[in-house]
Amino acid sequence: MIPLSWYLALGAILFSVGLYGALARRNAVAVLMGIELMLNAVNINLVAFWRYLTPQVLIGQVFAVFVITVAAAEVALGLALVIAIYRQRRTINVEEINLLKG
Amino acid sequence: MEFTQVTFFLIAGGIVATAVGVVTLRNIFHAALLLIACFGGVAALYVLLEAPFLAGVQVLIYIGAISVLILFGIMLTERVMQPEQTARNEQWWLVLIVMALLASALAFLLASAPWPISDQPLIPDQIAGLGVDFLTTYVLPFEVASLLLLMALLGAVIIARERGPEEMEMEKRPAGDPAERAP
Repeated sequence: MIPLSWYLALGAILFSVGLYGALARRNAVAVLMGIELMLNAVNINLVAFWRYLTPQVLIGQVFAVFVITVAAAEVALGLALVIAIYRQRRTINVEEINLLKG
Repeated sequence: MEFTQVTFFLIAGGIVATAVGVVTLRNIFHAALLLIACFGGVAALYVLLEAPFLAGVQVLIYIGAISVLILFGIMLTERVMQPEQTARNEQWWLVLIVMALLASALAFLLASAPWPISDQPLIPDQIAGLGVDFLTTYVLPFEVASLLLLMALLGAVIIARERGPEEMEMEKRPAGDPAERAP
């Protein structure tokens, strides 16, 4: 049997790698990909907790399905924003998108 | 070491390796392809956790829909990065420190916490149980999720839609001046 802490450690590592992608990349699409990695790490944790702590009720899986729904909505809107910004300013480098910077 | 533990290490190694590739590769298209492999690894992990429905959902939605959306996004915004630019910004080392601290803090906290591991058997018919749960206990979040997807669909179309030159002109003009609005 695999210990629960292995799954949690994997979730922590994947979340941190995703955080690096979301904060340190220049390309806006790469930032979105980092966010997807973070959401996947969250889902791994949710399903692992469900399997080890409450296997008799399905709450963990239900929550994971809702997280996947929100992730799909988020990536669709995020990419729409990226394409709209690209049309307006011909760049998707997040460092050059600074219209709101004071 | 058991067979399942070896399998876990293989899958986990694959997930972490592809994830590191996703955030470090300069070529964004290669990064997106590695992201698909990473999603596949997570689906395999769901099989290992005995959640077959979620594994299917992961393949359908992440590999089938989200990856395709990301690939489309990359193709529609092609050739925007200058060759001399690096893929990471100037604060990447700061992010690296924060990331290492966060990973070690999370791993320490999660490993040291006394989780009440349950020895109850797995629920027998998961997929039927999920269907019943979605339409009884969690029917309100379920409907809200449908509404969220509809809003995201409409919002994405409205935000990303191509505006004609006349429409752009209309948006620039001050509102409430009928003489200005005449073609």
